[in-house]
Amino acid sequence: MIHTDILIIGAGPVGLFTVFEAGLLKLKCHLVDSLGQPGGQLTEIYPKKPIYDIPGYPSVLAGDLVDNLMKQIEPFKPGFTLGERAEKLEKIDDKLYKLTTSKGTEICAPVIAIAGGLGCFEPRKPPIDNIDTYEDKGVDYIIKDPEKYRGKKVLVAGGGDSALDWSIILADIADEVALVHRRTSFRGALDSVEKVMELAHSGKINLITNAQAVGLGGNGVLKEIMIEEDGKEPYSYKVDHFIPLFGLAPKLGPIGEWGLEIKDNAIVVDTLDYSTNVLGIYAIGDINTYPGKLKLILCGFHEGTLMVQSAFKYIYPDQKLSFKYTTVAGVNGFE
Amino acid sequence: MEDNIINVTVVDREGIEHPLLAPTDMAMNMMEVCKSYDLPVEGTCGGMALCASCHMYILSDHTLSEASEDEENMLDQAFFVKSNSRLGCQIKISEEIDGLRVQLAPVGAE
Repeated sequence: MIHTDILIIGAGPVGLFTVFEAGLLKLKCHLVDSLGQPGGQLTEIYPKKPIYDIPGYPSVLAGDLVDNLMKQIEPFKPGFTLGERAEKLEKIDDKLYKLTTSKGTEICAPVIAIAGGLGCFEPRKPPIDNIDTYEDKGVDYIIKDPEKYRGKKVLVAGGGDSALDWSIILADIADEVALVHRRTSFRGALDSVEKVMELAHSGKINLITNAQAVGLGGNGVLKEIMIEEDGKEPYSYKVDHFIPLFGLAPKLGPIGEWGLEIKDNAIVVDTLDYSTNVLGIYAIGDINTYPGKLKLILCGFHEGTLMVQSAFKYIYPDQKLSFKYTTVAGVNGFE
Repeated sequence: MEDNIINVTVVDREGIEHPLLAPTDMAMNMMEVCKSYDLPVEGTCGGMALCASCHMYILSDHTLSEASEDEENMLDQAFFVKSNSRLGCQIKISEEIDGLRVQLAPVGAE
């Protein structure tokens, strides 16, 4: 079991900077994120986009800002649990929470800081009526082990890198691979596109363009997919597996079930210290809401800074906290 | 038409029509107009054409600027894309689109 002072859920820019402000108060932090690398939206959605409203930086690439934050918090030796979703939160003692992740990692802390941004990124599911009844019965949103598809008839849908790359890999493994895409051009890497075209030419991939999957059929287990080509009447395509690969989209996820006051998909906080309605749990950055809320990285940094002051007083009610400027005291990291 | 204000109509996912007023002098786009009227448009990325959560269908016969390659690429991540599909964030509010009618596209399964 991992022990820390502040358990930060979400390793985006706000979660990362909070490690720094907590570190100045000698509080240790551990971060959990469902994505496999730190940075949140900045890494996942727009790493190459410039940001113009970070004070002191006329322009900074989102990816560079994350790199800089990682460097800035290094002295405070934060712990990271990445690629695991914060799943279950329990109070195990008067002043102690235990978080369990989707992979069973357990982390204990007196204070929880939810810096979850838009929520956790999960595969986009096509809005096909009965798709959830076929999940794990033929429909997979993520490919864990390609061997599962050996000798099977597989239909992949999507037009990005993952749809292309998996079609290429599965062409060697599956009995039949079809790739359905809504137009004729692909946005994936050029050599992947060329490879798919080659495999389509040699008959190893059945490339169905200007088309979309619109329905699923079977009797408890997926047997057919209805495909609509160019607005024509949909036709049935026999398959064993349907793998829709349409990227990731954020969802509030399990956090919504922790007894926190939620309004419009965001956690309601008190702007005094960004505390939630549950003692010891705070919410900072894009995931919180309050009158006048602006979803800006800048505001999240401010929220995290004030939050750790309150967290300190909560953890050590009898200790005096004296505020020190980094220009006076420097940055004294942890051993 | 009032100065700097145009009329647009948004048909929501339940088929209900919402006649809206939109200012042409505030550099707004259709995603932002929908959000300002609390219509269910997510606009996750904030208008960078980096998500597909403001997918809508153009119902009127307005000629809009062509979709950029970025927009086309993002539409690949949307569902039920049709020939009249666009990302709302890429439709700038201007006099030319006065009277525009759009319909919100379905969102992904929960």
